[in-house]
Amino acid sequence: MKLTQLFILIALLGLALSAGAALAQGSDSGTLTVYTALEDDQIQAYLAPFNAKYPNITVNIVRDSTGVITARLLAEKDNPQADLIWGLAATSLLILDQEGMLEPYAPAGLEEIDPRFRDSREVPTWVGIDAYETAFCVNTIEIERLGLPMPESWGDLIKPEYEGYIVMPNPNSSGTGFLSVAAVLQMAGADGSIQTLIGENAAEVQELPSGEAVNELPGWSYLDALDKNIAVYTHSGSKPCRMAGAGEYPIGISFGYRAIRQARSGEPIVGVWPAEGSGWDLEANALMKKAEINPAAYTFLDWAISEEAMTLYAANFPITGLDTGLPVPEGYPENAVDLLIKNDLYWAAANREVILAEWLKRYDAKSEPR
Amino acid sequence: MDEPRPTPYLQIRHLRKTFRTFVALEDISLEVYPGEFICFLGPSGCGKTTLLRCIAGLEEQDAGEIIQDGRDISRLPASQRDFGIVFQSYALFPNLTAAKNIAYGLENMKLPRAQIQARVQELLELVGLSDFAHKYPAQLSGGQQQRVALARALALSPGLLLLDEPLSALDARVRAGLRTELALLQRRIGVTTIMVTHDQEEALTLADRIVVMDHGTIQQIGTPHEVYRYPRTPFVANFIGEMNFLVGVVAGQGWVQCGAHQLRVSRLNGLAQGTSVKLAIRPEDIVIPTAAPAENTLSARVQHHEFLGAFYRLRLAAEELNFILDLPMAQARDLDLTRQDLLPVHLPADFLHVYPS
Amino acid sequence: MTTISTTPPSWLAAKRKAARALNTEVWLMRGLILLSGAFLVTFVLLPLYELIRRSMENRQGEFVGLENYLQYFSTPALAQSFANSLYISAMSTLITVTLAFVFAYALTRTCMPFKNVLRTLALLPIFAPSLLHGIAFIYLFGNQGIFTNGVFNFLLRLIGGYDIRAVPPLPFEIQFNINLYKEPTGIILAEVFYLFPHVLLILMVALSLADARLYEAATALRASRWRTFLTVTLPGARYGIISACFVAFTLVITDFGIPKVIGDGVSVLATDIYKQVIGQQNFFMGSTVSVLLLTPTIIGFAIDRFAQRRQVAMLSARAVPYQPKPNPTLDRLMLAFCILVVLAILLVIGTALIASVVNVWPYRLELSGRHYDFSKVAGGGLDAYWNSLRMAGLTAVFGTIIVFVSAYMIEKGRGLGKTRAALYFLSTLPVALPGLVLGLAYIFFFNRPANPLYFLYGTMPILVLSTIVHFYTVSFFTATTALKQMDREFEAVSASLAVPFYRTFWRVTVPVSLPAILEIGIYYFVNALTTVSAVIFLYSANLKLASIMIVNMDDAGDTAPAAAMSMLLFFTGIGVRLLYELVTRGLKQRTQVWRQR
Repeated sequence: MKLTQLFILIALLGLALSAGAALAQGSDSGTLTVYTALEDDQIQAYLAPFNAKYPNITVNIVRDSTGVITARLLAEKDNPQADLIWGLAATSLLILDQEGMLEPYAPAGLEEIDPRFRDSREVPTWVGIDAYETAFCVNTIEIERLGLPMPESWGDLIKPEYEGYIVMPNPNSSGTGFLSVAAVLQMAGADGSIQTLIGENAAEVQELPSGEAVNELPGWSYLDALDKNIAVYTHSGSKPCRMAGAGEYPIGISFGYRAIRQARSGEPIVGVWPAEGSGWDLEANALMKKAEINPAAYTFLDWAISEEAMTLYAANFPITGLDTGLPVPEGYPENAVDLLIKNDLYWAAANREVILAEWLKRYDAKSEPR
Repeated sequence: MDEPRPTPYLQIRHLRKTFRTFVALEDISLEVYPGEFICFLGPSGCGKTTLLRCIAGLEEQDAGEIIQDGRDISRLPASQRDFGIVFQSYALFPNLTAAKNIAYGLENMKLPRAQIQARVQELLELVGLSDFAHKYPAQLSGGQQQRVALARALALSPGLLLLDEPLSALDARVRAGLRTELALLQRRIGVTTIMVTHDQEEALTLADRIVVMDHGTIQQIGTPHEVYRYPRTPFVANFIGEMNFLVGVVAGQGWVQCGAHQLRVSRLNGLAQGTSVKLAIRPEDIVIPTAAPAENTLSARVQHHEFLGAFYRLRLAAEELNFILDLPMAQARDLDLTRQDLLPVHLPADFLHVYPS
Repeated sequence: MTTISTTPPSWLAAKRKAARALNTEVWLMRGLILLSGAFLVTFVLLPLYELIRRSMENRQGEFVGLENYLQYFSTPALAQSFANSLYISAMSTLITVTLAFVFAYALTRTCMPFKNVLRTLALLPIFAPSLLHGIAFIYLFGNQGIFTNGVFNFLLRLIGGYDIRAVPPLPFEIQFNINLYKEPTGIILAEVFYLFPHVLLILMVALSLADARLYEAATALRASRWRTFLTVTLPGARYGIISACFVAFTLVITDFGIPKVIGDGVSVLATDIYKQVIGQQNFFMGSTVSVLLLTPTIIGFAIDRFAQRRQVAMLSARAVPYQPKPNPTLDRLMLAFCILVVLAILLVIGTALIASVVNVWPYRLELSGRHYDFSKVAGGGLDAYWNSLRMAGLTAVFGTIIVFVSAYMIEKGRGLGKTRAALYFLSTLPVALPGLVLGLAYIFFFNRPANPLYFLYGTMPILVLSTIVHFYTVSFFTATTALKQMDREFEAVSASLAVPFYRTFWRVTVPVSLPAILEIGIYYFVNALTTVSAVIFLYSANLKLASIMIVNMDDAGDTAPAAAMSMLLFFTGIGVRLLYELVTRGLKQRTQVWRQR
C-alpha cells in the first residue's frame, strides 16, 4: 500500500513540474508567427535562405490545409495569433479581407509583380506568389487496364465511357473543388458546352451575372452531364489525385502541382491540363491587422515576393507572381501560363454562397447511400 | 413503570423528514436512556431506517431536534457525531484485513501503534475472531463479517451504537446465535444501542424498549412486555405476535356486541355506546374453561388443528366468529381434538383489547 | 462492566480533536465539488455556450434565433445526413456492443485459455490513430483493395513481385466488393473496429465485478446457464451495457475521421460540420450542426439516468468475487469467437503495417523501410513525436486525477445534491462534442484577451486540457461504474469513525478502484497520442504534434510515411502499455489480494 502511494506521488510531482515547464515555454512573443497552407516540403526549401539572411528572426510556422488554416484564422479573428499569412489561397484572403482582418501593405518590389497577381487597390491587402490550376490526374495503368482513352479536355470528361471513373472534390468542402466549378461556370457557352478560352481561337468571355441569376448559367448543364460520370465527390481537393494515384479511380479532377508531385514519387500519374483552359487560384501573402504589428513581418513580406523567393517558388510552380524566366518545373506543360483562363476571382468570391447552394441542391444526392 | 429515570442520553423532538412529496418521518419524538437497547420495529418503508440515518447524520431532517448527551447535534455532520454503526451490508472495506478494518478509526487519531494494536486485539477477542485478524472480508463467513463490522463500530467506544438490520442478511441458525451474542455483548459493555429491524422476534428478545413504527409515525413505545401485552393500536397488535380480531359495536358500559354474542371488556377507553369497534385477543389468552360456563364464554367448533410442539393451534368457529386458540400441550392431552365437537371457549375480559374501527 | 467500556481519556481527547478537524473536511468536500464544477463549467459549459450562441447568429454575427436550424432541415441533402448519421451510429453500436459483450463475457466469466493474450490483442486498435483504420480499410476494401481484387492476387503480387497487369484472374479467389466509397457498410465496419476497444473496456469493467453468491443461488435453483445469464449476468451488467451503447453511439455520430477518409460518398453530420467549417468557413452553420449532434446525447443521458436509478451496488462488502468454473464446450466456443475477432483486428493492423512498408501501393509492392526515416520529414518529425509523448503523459496523469476525483465527488460526495446532478450531466456532454467543434469552441472562448484564462491559449496546458475534456466522458463512465460497484456506506462508516473522507478515498476507494484508475490512465495516454480533431486548431507554431503531422503527410499524398508515423505511435502506445504493465504488475498483485477468495 505504501508503495502505491509513493509511486503515485512521485509520478504526480514529476508531471506537475513538467507541466509548469510547458506553461513557461508556451508564451513566445517576439518571434514571427506565420500561418501558411504551403506544402511542408516546400516550406523547408523556401525558409532556409530566409533564415540564413535573417538569423535573428525566428519564424514559427503553423501549416495546415487551406480550409483548416482559413477556419482557424477566422476563428481567431478577435485576437489574431498570426503575424502574417504566407501562401494561402487568394479566395480565402478575400474572405479575411471582407472581415477586415487584413492590413494593407505594399511590400518592396510590388511594382514588379504581375498585376493579375495582386489585390487591385493601390496599397494591396494581398499579393500573390504563385498560381495553381485545375488539372486532371490520370492513372496510366488503370486507364490502360480499363481500355479508356486518355481524356484531354473538359469536353472529354462528359463522354459516357468515363461513367463512374471520375472523382472530383466537393466544392462545399474544398477550395480546389470550388475553383473548378467556378471555372466551368465561367467557361460554358450558351449551349452548355465548354468553350476554349485560351490560345488563338479563344472564345469571347461571357458577361457574368450575379445573385440568383448565377443559377441560370449554362455551365450547370455541363455539370449535370459531368455528375453522371462522377463516382464520388471527395471532401478534400488533393484526394481525387491521391485516389487516382492509388488506382481507386482512374481519373481525378485536382490541381497541377499534385499531379507533378505524385508522379515524382513514383505513382503512375500523368497530369492533364484541359484543352479548353484551366481555372486557377493564387497562393498569396497578407499582413494581419493587429494592435501591434511585428516589425519583422514587413521584412518577411518584402522577402517573400523578392526575386530570390520567387525563384524558389518557381521550382514547384510554373507560374509565379514575378516572371523569373526559369524553365517550367518538370512535368508541367511548357506553355503553362497560357493555359490559364481569364478568371474573375472577385466574381467567384462574391457569388460563392449562391453557387454552393445550387451545387448542393443538384448533386449532393451522390452523398446519399443507395 | 413510573420509577424515576436518569436524564435521557438521546432526545429526539418533533423530527420531520420528507423526500419530495413522500413523508418519511412525521413528528417523531423519542427519548433514549443511557445503556438502553432500543429497537425500531416496523414493516419496510415505515421510516425506521430513515430515523436511524437522521440520528447518525446521514440524512438531514427537515425539522426537529436531536440532542445527544446534552449536546444539540441536529445540524452536525455525521463525522462530528458520536456513534458507531453497523450496516445491513456491513460495508467492510474489502481491501483491508479484519484487523485493519477495526483499526481504521483508531489509526486516524495518531495514537501510538502499540495502543492501537492492543485495542484491536481486545476487540477481536471481544467478538471472538482473534484467529482471523489477517483475513480479508471476502475470506470470512457472513457471521464473521458481521462481527468484524461490530468490532469496528465499537472501536472508538462510541456513546451510541447504531445497528441497521445487522442480522437480516444471515441465515436463520447463524442469526439466532449472533442475536444472543449481541445481547450479551451489549449488556457487557453497556453502550446505548439502537437497532433497526423488521423482525419482531429479534426486537422482542433483544430490546429493552421497542419503538413500533408505521407510515413515518411512532405507533407505540414500550418494553417488549408492554408492547406485546398492551398494544396501543390495532397495527401494533397485528404486527407483533398473533392476534384475533373480532368486529363489534359498543353495547353499553363494559359491553361489546359481537354478532350474536355480548362480550364484557375491562377497558373500553371511553368509547361511547354505538361505536363500531375491533376487539383483539391473543390466541394464547383464550382459554377452554374447566369450570362451569361464565360470561364471555362461547361455544365453538374446531375446524382445524395444528401440532406446534409446545402447543396446539386450533382454528375455531363460533357461529360467524372465527378465531384461533393456542392450547398448551398439558391441557390438550385432556381433550380429544379428533372429535368434531363443540368446545366451550372463554375470552377473558382483561385480555380483550378494544380499538375504534 | 469490563474494561472495554471505559474510554481511555487520551482517546476521547484525540477523538474530539479529530472531530474538530472534520469541520474543515466538510468545507474541503464542498470545495472539491465546486472545483470539479468550475473545471467542467470552464472547459465544457462556457465553450459550449459560445457554440450555441454562434448557432443562432448569421454570418454577420447578428442574432437570428432558430433560422439556421430551419435552413438546415429544409435542405434535403443535409437532412439526409441526419438520417445517415442515425443509421450508421445505430448499426455500429448494435454490432460493436454485441461483439464486445460476448468478448468481455468470455474474458471475465469463462475459463477460456489465452485470456491475457486475447485481451491485449483485442485492445490493439485503441493504439492506432484513426487515420490508420482509414488507410487499412482502403487497402482492404477500396477499389484496389486486397479483398476487392482478390486475396491470392494480392499475395502473388506481394510475394512474387508481379505487376498488377500481369496477374490473370485466378481460378480460386477470395474476393468481394463492399463498395467502400458509396455504401455506408464501409463506414460501419471501420467504426466497429474503432469502437471495439472502447466498448470492450466499459463492458469488461461492468462484467469483472460480480457477486458469486448470486450465481451459486442460481445454480441452487437449478436455473439453466441461459436463464442464469438472462436473470443474473445481464441485469448485473445492465448499467455497463447502457453506458456502452451511449458512448458507442455518440462516438460514432461525432466521429469525423473515418467518414472523412472513406466516407466521401456518404454524407453524415460530422462531415457536414467539416464542410461547413473547413470548406466554407460557415461557423454559424457548423455550430448549428454541432448543436444537433448534442440531441442524441441528451436522449442518451435521460436513458442513462433512468437506468442508474435502478442500479444497486454490485460489490457490497459481503459480495464474494465470482470465479468462473470450467465448461469445456462454452470455453471452446468462446475461444473460437475471440480468435476470430482478434484475427480480424490483426488483419486491419497488419494491412496498415504493409501500407507503411510498400514502395508504391498498389503498383510496386516491394518492401522498403524508407518511410520510417523521419529526419527528412518537414517540420521536425521527431520533435513532434516528443511533443506528442509529453502531451500524452501529462494528459494521462492530470486527466486521471481530474476524472476520478470529480467522479468520486459526484458519486459519493455529500451535500450540494443539485450541483452534483448538474455536474453529472456536464460530465456526459463532452462525448457529444466532435473534437473539431471542441477545438473551435476553445478558440472562440479562450482566444480573447478579455478571458482571464487567455494565457492558456497556444500552450501545452490547453492541448492537455482540451484532450482531457475530449475524452472525458468515457473515462468518467469507467470511474463511475467502478465507484457504483462499491458499497455506498463506506463513507458513512468513515464518518462514524471520525475519519475524513479524503483518507477513506485514499485508503479504500483508490486501492479498490485501482484497476479502473489504471485503465483510465492508459486510455488517456493512447488517445492523447493519436488525437487530431480537437488539437488541430489549438496546437501552436512551436508545439507540433505527431498525430497532426500524420494528417498533413496524408493530405500531401505521402500515405506511406503517414502510415509509418502512425505505426510509430501505435508501437509507442503498445510499448508504454507493456512497460506500465511490468511496473504495475507487482503493484496490482500487492493491492488486489483481497479479490481472491
